[in-house]
Amino acid sequence: MLVRSLKNAVLAAAVFALAGCQGGVLDPKGQVGLDEKNLIIISTVLMLLVVIPVIVMTLYFAWKYRESRDHEIYAPKWAHSTKIEAIVWLVPVAIILVLGVITWRSTQALDPYKPLAHKEKHLTVEVVSLNWKWLFIYPEQGVASVNELVIPADVPVKFKITSESTMNSFFIPQLGSQIYSMAGMETTLHLIANEPGTYDGYSANYSGAGFTGMKFKTVATDKAGFQHWIDSVKQDDDKLDSATYAELAKPSENHPVEHFGSVSGSLFHDIMYKYMKNYNDWNKNSPKAESEHSISENSAADHDAADAERS
Amino acid sequence: MTIMTEAAYLADDSIRQEDAHDHEHHDTGDTTVFGFWIYLMTDCILFASVFATYAVLFMNTAGGVSGRDIFELDYVAIETAALLFSSITYGFAMISAHKQNKSATLAWLMVTFALGAVFIGMEVNEFHHLVVEGNGPSRSAFLSSFFTLVGMHGMHVTAGLIWMVVMMIEVVKRGLGSKTVTRLSCLSLFWHFLDIVWICVFTVVYLLGVM
Amino acid sequence: MSLLGKLSLDAIPYHEPIIMGTLAVVGIAGIAIAIAITRHKQWGVLWNDWITSVDHKRLGVMYILLALIMLVRGFSDAIMMRTQLALATNGAEGYLPPEHYDQIFTAHGVIMIIFMAMPFMIGLMNIALPLQIGARDVAFPFMNNLSFWLTAGGAVLINLSLGLGEFAKTGWLAYPPLSEQSFSPGVGVDYYIWALQISGVGTLLTGVNFLVTVFKMRAPGMKLMDMPIFTWACTWANVLIVASFPILTAVLGLLALDRYFDFHFFTNAAGGNAMMYINLFWAWGHPEVYILVLPAFGVFSEVISTFTGKRLFGYKSTVLASGAISILGFIVWLHHFFTMGSSANVNAFFGVMTMIIAVPTGVKLFSWLFTMYRGRLRITVPVLWTLGFMVTFTIGGMTGVLLAVPGADYVLHNSLFLIAHFHNTIIGGAVFGYMAGFAYWFPKAMGFHLNERIGKASFWCWLIGFYVAFMPLYVLGFLGMTRRLNHTNNPDWNIWLYLACIGAFIILVGIVLQFVQLYLAFRDREKNRDLTGDPWNGHTLEWSTASPPQFYNFAKVPQVRDLDAFTDMKEQGTAYKKPDSYAPIHMPKNTASGVLMAGAATLFGFAAIWHITWLAVVGLVGTVVFLLLRAYDNDVDYYVQPDEVERIESLHLNQVKEATA
Repeated sequence: MLVRSLKNAVLAAAVFALAGCQGGVLDPKGQVGLDEKNLIIISTVLMLLVVIPVIVMTLYFAWKYRESRDHEIYAPKWAHSTKIEAIVWLVPVAIILVLGVITWRSTQALDPYKPLAHKEKHLTVEVVSLNWKWLFIYPEQGVASVNELVIPADVPVKFKITSESTMNSFFIPQLGSQIYSMAGMETTLHLIANEPGTYDGYSANYSGAGFTGMKFKTVATDKAGFQHWIDSVKQDDDKLDSATYAELAKPSENHPVEHFGSVSGSLFHDIMYKYMKNYNDWNKNSPKAESEHSISENSAADHDAADAERS
Repeated sequence: MTIMTEAAYLADDSIRQEDAHDHEHHDTGDTTVFGFWIYLMTDCILFASVFATYAVLFMNTAGGVSGRDIFELDYVAIETAALLFSSITYGFAMISAHKQNKSATLAWLMVTFALGAVFIGMEVNEFHHLVVEGNGPSRSAFLSSFFTLVGMHGMHVTAGLIWMVVMMIEVVKRGLGSKTVTRLSCLSLFWHFLDIVWICVFTVVYLLGVM
Repeated sequence: MSLLGKLSLDAIPYHEPIIMGTLAVVGIAGIAIAIAITRHKQWGVLWNDWITSVDHKRLGVMYILLALIMLVRGFSDAIMMRTQLALATNGAEGYLPPEHYDQIFTAHGVIMIIFMAMPFMIGLMNIALPLQIGARDVAFPFMNNLSFWLTAGGAVLINLSLGLGEFAKTGWLAYPPLSEQSFSPGVGVDYYIWALQISGVGTLLTGVNFLVTVFKMRAPGMKLMDMPIFTWACTWANVLIVASFPILTAVLGLLALDRYFDFHFFTNAAGGNAMMYINLFWAWGHPEVYILVLPAFGVFSEVISTFTGKRLFGYKSTVLASGAISILGFIVWLHHFFTMGSSANVNAFFGVMTMIIAVPTGVKLFSWLFTMYRGRLRITVPVLWTLGFMVTFTIGGMTGVLLAVPGADYVLHNSLFLIAHFHNTIIGGAVFGYMAGFAYWFPKAMGFHLNERIGKASFWCWLIGFYVAFMPLYVLGFLGMTRRLNHTNNPDWNIWLYLACIGAFIILVGIVLQFVQLYLAFRDREKNRDLTGDPWNGHTLEWSTASPPQFYNFAKVPQVRDLDAFTDMKEQGTAYKKPDSYAPIHMPKNTASGVLMAGAATLFGFAAIWHITWLAVVGLVGTVVFLLLRAYDNDVDYYVQPDEVERIESLHLNQVKEATA
């Protein structure tokens, strides 16, 4: 049994290495994920330039200078060499320098807040994490769905994300970046599916008892398929307003897919504002600036904390 | 947390006893004061964390009062004066202690204690008024962080007052031996440190709060 | 509110067979130990020579004992998680429902970091550091005893949660708002808060204590840049403790205020901001990992230098590198939450800062490499751990730098890749280091040798088990599996989950072998005595004392002239030389104050967890009263007379003569 599973593992490892994996972040189906996969590969190769020599030298030196090989040179007091020390400081510095530049650029390029450059206008989806399910609101189409995300392929999607309760992380591994959902905050994520398909989505941040069941299928279809889905959801008589939302917000586990044919227009805003109204500077500003404002609120707190910590 | 902080002090207080280990010609009092000084630095970081939290939360009034509505600078100025003055009188207590003048030391300690008690009394009064008017720490994140930051300083001063009583008894019973003077030096560091923290609280919370 | 607060008989989980079974085993083992102690009439010894001891060497042994016990507890949690995940595939639910499973992964993290790794590291520091700098004890010996008992008090609380109530179901970070009263109304998070708070104060006091020790108690002639490398590594760790643990105290305090008095620091309601908790937590949490790993680096340096019979290569670079790591360790905390929505510039800054840490870490690796170069490496157990570390940690460092690239972190964050990475560094870095230190200083602390053969077998089980258990997690991370899932339904993941489970069992064999090794060493201790006190031909001062060292460490405080002070003495022929006369030695007396104070503080914590107001007051007042009693106790020290010193030293020097003759 053990031998067999070991054999399977070795086989699987080989397959994994050769053919790339199915699903997951090394099998991206969207531009963001693709860029991130390449970034992972480039960074890893760069680091292997130091890592492999270190590992080889460790094993080689341990073998070469072991006690039984007493014919090797023995220099018990030798403890300093400016040349070697210069190399061991400078080589890692050089590699980190290159990696640092890559990091700086890729972080700007892959900023989740940055809209994707694309000929199509992006679709907006509002995402709310609830205990323990995902609510997707399509403000432009006026429908909503629970635990099922349908998007047109090859159209950039802007996700506006918040939480009703605890913190979660909105993550579709094959499309790329994840981002936290937090109550009273709005975070933004831009993704795109390059090709039609069904991709697993999760909450990546633990949020309590029903967390494991907090997953959804992301269906990327062609435009006609997307329109068809919207139309079929619109047939649904259920309306998502504050009353039905309150019902939905009650904790539930492994929530089945659910559709709402119509949605109260300000629902997403109301969910966020429920908590956000307690931030004083929110009161001072006009509600028009809502989305921009919430972002600055979010990162302002970050910066404050960061500054205070550093001082 | 305040409780733990206090416990930590008190535990630290006990290190004064730890001079047992006389390392050749080491000046053990010196070691104790140095240890206490490092301890104060950790306390400084504790305050810094709560200051940072206050800085992040002070605008979040949840529709309730803000600093402008509740701070009375005149009142706080008197409080501040009492505490600052107590630092000076503690300085006189230390001078007397180094001169081995027991009664003067005790007298200055008592004056310091009285000023410290005035400070704490006024602070308790301020808190009491706020809570009675429905502006207790549960009202908003701003009030939570205000009560915690100011209250934590107040707990420290209270701990200092209790320590001062203990030291007065010690001076009466044991006189001004080297061990006692070392302890008085530690309390002195502590007391001046709380003064500095208060200046920060006064500036950041009250002065900037009413602006 | 009743007299017992929230506490009632319902708090005992009768319906959980696993927990009740565990409690029964613990109970039986406890009774067996008690009977053994009674039969051998050892209660007095236990109380007088250990529990109340202020001797840093004995406290070190007790710390490590605590760490080993907690290792067993934390590892049981690990085995349960791995078997759950191996069983709960293809939609099966497994045997641990979320209610139980969520407590297990929280407890596993807290126990392994706070109650296994920290005590292990502090234990090694206690045993070796004062000896290395030629001191007779730490600066504040009583406080050292108090620190230990505060740590132990925290450990008692966290283990109490197993049979009384529940532990936190929040993950070891206890992020709000999940950890707030509204989402976690039980006592679990309160156990978390008070266990960490009480042990955290202990750790803080340890940091202060050892910093003062290093700055004020060094042997004459030993400048700061003459301190042994392990001492330096610990010193940096202590700087980090002193600078970061207050932040933990603060953040846990604020969370407690939220939970107990309805404050609004991190709540969703009334303007609280959970992001502040996350920032503060990691402002402590990131330095914490360097607190764990720097002393381990120090151990490796000592081990490599000793067993190659060479000076350490690049001592100054190594000290500076540790310092750079410590300082940089404070400005990287945001890399734990790149996905929180900070701006690209902020993320990039923290990413680059994090990568820079790889430079000094690389320098340290090269220092070990070039210490081996042209040496005579004896492949002993500590050396095996060191070599295993150098290979393993390099991989962990690489994956760490990868996670520091925000663009990569966006897809790897919170996945099993992250889990694999930090186990790679904490096991492959810190734990391997502690194991090396354990084998290295064991003869010094206990006076007899470990069993080399079993020790090597244990190492191989650990190393192989580690790779089998954690490499699959890297793969699973790439396959998109996120952390803390209770069960899975993805056929591609199964094989890796099975493998990881097998790996965990291989590590289990390694742990069992460690205990077998301890048992054999203890059984055969008369045969394997270390008579010279210098079993490895060591470089530093701890090897100039007897094994175990005399309670006063040094009859005459050594004069230091060289970095490798003891090697220098051996070369000059001044080692083992009897001085003309001995002076009286001033020593602290043992005291029960530490255990009583910490006991009262733990009682307070327990009362706070269960909302028993009167008992909390009792605990708090008790702490203060025991403290004052201690402060006004004049009977705290004594002198060892020269003839007594003379007698002990002659005995030891004769032993050395016989052993080397």
